[in-house]
Amino acid sequence: MSEPIRITYEVDGEDFMSAGTASTDMKRVLRQLGLDSEIIRRAAIAMYEGEINMVIHAHGGVAEVAIYEDRIEMNLIDHGPGIPDVELAMSAGYSTAAENIRELGFGAGMGLPNMKKYTDEMTIETEVGKGTTVRMVVRTV
Amino acid sequence: MNDFHSVTIDRTRCKGCINCMKRCPTEAIRVRDGKATIISERCIDCGECIRICQNRAKKSNYDDFSMLENYKWKIAMPAPSFYGQFAGVGDINVILTALKQIGFDAVFEVSRAAELVTHLTRRNFERIRSSHRGPVISSACSAVVRLIRVRYPALCGYVLPVNEPFHLAAQMAREEAMAATGLSPADIGIFFISPCPAKVTSAHAPIGIEDSFVTGVFSASDIYIRMQRVIGKIEKPEPLMQSGIVGINWATSGGEAAGLMTDNYLSADGMENVVRVLEEIEDGKLNDIEFVELNACPGGCVGGVLNVANPFVARSRIKTLRKYLPVSQNRLDSSDNSHMFWEQALHYEAVYKLDDDLTEAMNKMKKIAAIEAALPGLDCGSCGAPSCRALAEDVVRGTAKESDCVVKFRDQLELLSRTGVDLSSVLPAPFRHGPGGNTEEER
Repeated sequence: MSEPIRITYEVDGEDFMSAGTASTDMKRVLRQLGLDSEIIRRAAIAMYEGEINMVIHAHGGVAEVAIYEDRIEMNLIDHGPGIPDVELAMSAGYSTAAENIRELGFGAGMGLPNMKKYTDEMTIETEVGKGTTVRMVVRTV
Repeated sequence: MNDFHSVTIDRTRCKGCINCMKRCPTEAIRVRDGKATIISERCIDCGECIRICQNRAKKSNYDDFSMLENYKWKIAMPAPSFYGQFAGVGDINVILTALKQIGFDAVFEVSRAAELVTHLTRRNFERIRSSHRGPVISSACSAVVRLIRVRYPALCGYVLPVNEPFHLAAQMAREEAMAATGLSPADIGIFFISPCPAKVTSAHAPIGIEDSFVTGVFSASDIYIRMQRVIGKIEKPEPLMQSGIVGINWATSGGEAAGLMTDNYLSADGMENVVRVLEEIEDGKLNDIEFVELNACPGGCVGGVLNVANPFVARSRIKTLRKYLPVSQNRLDSSDNSHMFWEQALHYEAVYKLDDDLTEAMNKMKKIAAIEAALPGLDCGSCGAPSCRALAEDVVRGTAKESDCVVKFRDQLELLSRTGVDLSSVLPAPFRHGPGGNTEEER
């Protein structure tokens, strides 16, 4: 198996308008590779939700994408506050987003649940006060 | 794929500036040998390049008015936006009567068919919406449908699978004319008066149906000019108008959506806004919205590049014209409406795919990344590609060279000059170092 295509995106904190740029660029690359549209859609949704999460909760972070012949790996790495209770954070509708963020239409508590729903694998490593790394895999074959 | 395109380049007028290339939403334009060229499979005929070209080197091909002579019964089909082109006209019947005075035997308003499409959409909305996760996307703007076809594979199934009103209008006009005149279809000419090149293309290479009943397409501006000599003299307009507010509203952004039974819709116009909304739909961000109306032109069809009036003026006139009209004059009856739906689903055209083989595509992608990393990242367009990334892709696709980059070329010249040849005096200022070039004093 050949080396993956690796792309790194910096996700700016507290800039809602820029959230989605990594997802948009990744979609373009996946289209050019000729991947199935449903796979592109799933990866894009997971990436987009991850970007928003990093913007809302962690003052930004880094999204590392590795595209292999059989899968897309997306690692979202931040140095934010960490997640005290992962199980609770994973439940649909649970959100710790501030009121001003909810007013913008974000913080519905569907970020992590959607990321899990649209990927084939998802693991969360987190430490309160240190940060969070979310690893996601979308299999392409 | 029928590769007819309305948008073409007049090479004698093109100066090879990069304005259109930078503006093109599908990266379909390259400058080669000092002239813009269009990559046919990528072009969606949106007309953005026509809008921006200062040299009038980009144009939309449409049919010649003399085409009328070939038909015994000639029908004009004005788009709703056409009504906004005329100053000082307070009655749509004046415009329709004027059309009959410049050579047409009958008129058939596209807004009539638009009202039927609105009714059909309402009637089938729940079924269409439940066929996918996100909002239903309008199929009324041909440029948007073509954009989705090449750029948004996941959204092809979101598009309302209903024919554009002008195709439907042509079919209705034909049946009406056959019944009224007893002529055979070959003697009946049906001519759409189009606000944009995308609809010219759609008439000649339709999406969703095999063939259109439209005989020919004229530009709104061409017909507008022909009407100037008659329109001021009409004292008793014929009562030809057969549509209402719902149909006329299709002329402007949000008009189609306003006719549906939901308030939960979004409308956006202008290519950049359209792209932003489509990206968000693809990211699953707008799943709670029921209907999305997108128009490539600013303001909707009134902003089409084949129109005459400023789109904001046209919109204001349409608001006045529709004031005392009935809400709608066309409704579906109980007969079969299957002819209004697309015969074929919208099929994604993978025009940006690097290779059919995934391993090979991945290799090419890596090469593109390596080449792009060595380019200056200025996206200046001087190489003839719209961005450094696009040049890198062209190099890998075999249609350009890395040395097409002027910044790289400058570096090579500089190396040459160090070998003893003094080139600094002949280089243009941006490329010069030392006096007259990038000196401290000038900063």
